[in-house]
Amino acid sequence: MLEVKDLHVTVEGKEILKGLSLAINAGEVHAIMGPNGAGKSTLSSVIAGKEGYEVTSGSITFEGQDVLEMEVEERAQAGLLLGFQHPVEIPGVKNIYLLKSALNAQRAARGEGEMPAPEFLKLIKEKIAEMQMDASFLQRSVNEGFSGGEKKRNEILQMLVLQPKLAMLDEIDSGLDIDALRVVADGVNSLRAEDRGILLVTHYQRLLDYIVPDRVHVLIDGRIAKSGDAELARELESRGYDWVLEESAA
Amino acid sequence: MSEETQRFLDRLAEFRAGRLETRGQEPTWIAARRQAGAARFEAMGFPTRRDEAWKYTDVRAIARGDFALAGDAEFSQAGAAALTLPIDAHRLTFVDGVFAPALSRLDDLPAGVSLVPLSAALEENHEAVGGPLGRLTGVEFSPFSALNTAFMEEGAVLRLAPGTVVEKPIILQFLSRNGAQPVMSHPRILVQAGGRSQATLVEHHVGEEEAANFTNLVEEIILERNAILTHYKLQESPLADLHVASIHVEQARDSRYTSFNLNLGGALVRTDLISDLNGENATCDFYGLFYGQGRQHVDSHTLANHNAPLTFSNENYKGILDDRAHGVFNGKVVVKRDSQKIEGFQSNANLLLSDRAEIDAKPELEIYADDVKCSHGTTTGQLDEEAVYALRSRGIDRQTARGLLTLAFAGEVLEEVNLDAIAERVELAVAGKLPERFNLAGLVEAAVALGDE
Repeated sequence: MLEVKDLHVTVEGKEILKGLSLAINAGEVHAIMGPNGAGKSTLSSVIAGKEGYEVTSGSITFEGQDVLEMEVEERAQAGLLLGFQHPVEIPGVKNIYLLKSALNAQRAARGEGEMPAPEFLKLIKEKIAEMQMDASFLQRSVNEGFSGGEKKRNEILQMLVLQPKLAMLDEIDSGLDIDALRVVADGVNSLRAEDRGILLVTHYQRLLDYIVPDRVHVLIDGRIAKSGDAELARELESRGYDWVLEESAA
Repeated sequence: MSEETQRFLDRLAEFRAGRLETRGQEPTWIAARRQAGAARFEAMGFPTRRDEAWKYTDVRAIARGDFALAGDAEFSQAGAAALTLPIDAHRLTFVDGVFAPALSRLDDLPAGVSLVPLSAALEENHEAVGGPLGRLTGVEFSPFSALNTAFMEEGAVLRLAPGTVVEKPIILQFLSRNGAQPVMSHPRILVQAGGRSQATLVEHHVGEEEAANFTNLVEEIILERNAILTHYKLQESPLADLHVASIHVEQARDSRYTSFNLNLGGALVRTDLISDLNGENATCDFYGLFYGQGRQHVDSHTLANHNAPLTFSNENYKGILDDRAHGVFNGKVVVKRDSQKIEGFQSNANLLLSDRAEIDAKPELEIYADDVKCSHGTTTGQLDEEAVYALRSRGIDRQTARGLLTLAFAGEVLEEVNLDAIAERVELAVAGKLPERFNLAGLVEAAVALGDE
């Protein structure tokens, strides 16, 4: 589904990713872990098309398409969606406007017409209940005045409505208390499906107690230093990252 | 005297001669006012950019024009219906300044309300009009008010008896026609709201797409004790129309005046809005929204005069400018000596959608009292690129993202609008200026449907 090959990325002249390769198949949940500054967020940001990142070599393909040639909105329409670590506030743009515009843009890209209003309302009410959010959030401006936890729930709500093929979640667990973490994790788990890939970027193993990944990758200094299964995450929790570094250097 | 000034004076001479022939002598005071207006205009000529109040607004498009006066008010019923606001209202309609009885609706005016064309009010009792008319906006206010006075002929007189509460809005509709020759009109609006009266006045300027006429409006609004007036000025004139309006409000104790100055149309638009807060607890709220495209020029000058202690003014103007449009905002608050414990707040924010759009924003405070609360601020910026990216990252194309954010910017003023038909009209008009793919109607419907459940 997603194939990243020998990716080199610089930010303001500094090389952050130094030959990263990664393949995610449909139905799999991958977690990328690593110490601060290793380039974890850079990877998902580059895939989602955020400005300020320069890809100096390497490739990203998604279902055979060259992702780096696609506009930001085309990536999302194709089913690549990034849940932000710091969702921005958009005063004056109602949540429901964003959801409807985004859903219809995705449908239009597939050659489908707009979703009829009753069907749309039914869908979003169902999803907002799933995220244990009050329906009033739909009428509020996107993320404006939301608490940290509410912003994260709102990111997952967008995922539930837009049903991406590859959901990337950048430190979705940061700043969440345990109750909010459970709700967010339940939301992510409900996204697990045979035809969908999920990429979790996280600093903490805690999230992976709730969303058990199929593959765990340790990102150190711009490269994947080690990959393994869910057990690897637990090992990192108890032993830290240094041993991975030593092992890969050896 | 310039050739331009002379052309307008020649038109005036023709107008007066024609008037004398068809209708005979007019009351002495009217003739004298005309004369004073003409003399003043002749002495001043059109303002130039050397005049401080006109520093950013070049009126040569008006001065160089050759405008006739409309002779009739013919307008197709269907054409007018398409332009009329869908509001159940009392309505006076003017076509190029001429009263159009067939397009007006005065059948169910409640007791205590008198709404008549100026010509009828003068015929009925010209002396009753002569007292208040011109008291707030005299010939010395500007060359345009002088010109208006010289050509004074038609307009609207609204009188509310003390205690009268008018349920339905009152609409003054001004239609601009696409005729063989551009025309000018000089309407006068006089509102006398008696004590404890309450009404909503909607002034709507609209017209045929290709029209290119000049409207020079003078409005005087007198609010007696505890009177409440909400005044919507929805200016969506044809894009080649020229529009100058001088609005002067006088507020007695406990009165409340709320203005919505919504400017979407016109090639050259200048509005002067002045409120004299003359009694304790008099309050005025000025809300404004302007959207300029192409080479539109929209100038809003506002002035709140705190002439008494414990008076309150609040202002929020928002401007959106695209292409090579030029906006001007000049908001002034003046606090007289001894006008203690007043509050005057002013805010202006402008959004520039293109590199070549331009705004001149100038907030001014003149305070001669020492115990006051005043603030003002003006900001100008572009769309938040981070927000544009956030929306695009959800699959929304750049144009739609920019559209959503532009509407959001206008939303802060539209939220204050209580007449849904006006809020929707303006929201759709703003959306209509955005790229075609932008389906705002669908979004609004979805939000409304959700809210209704």
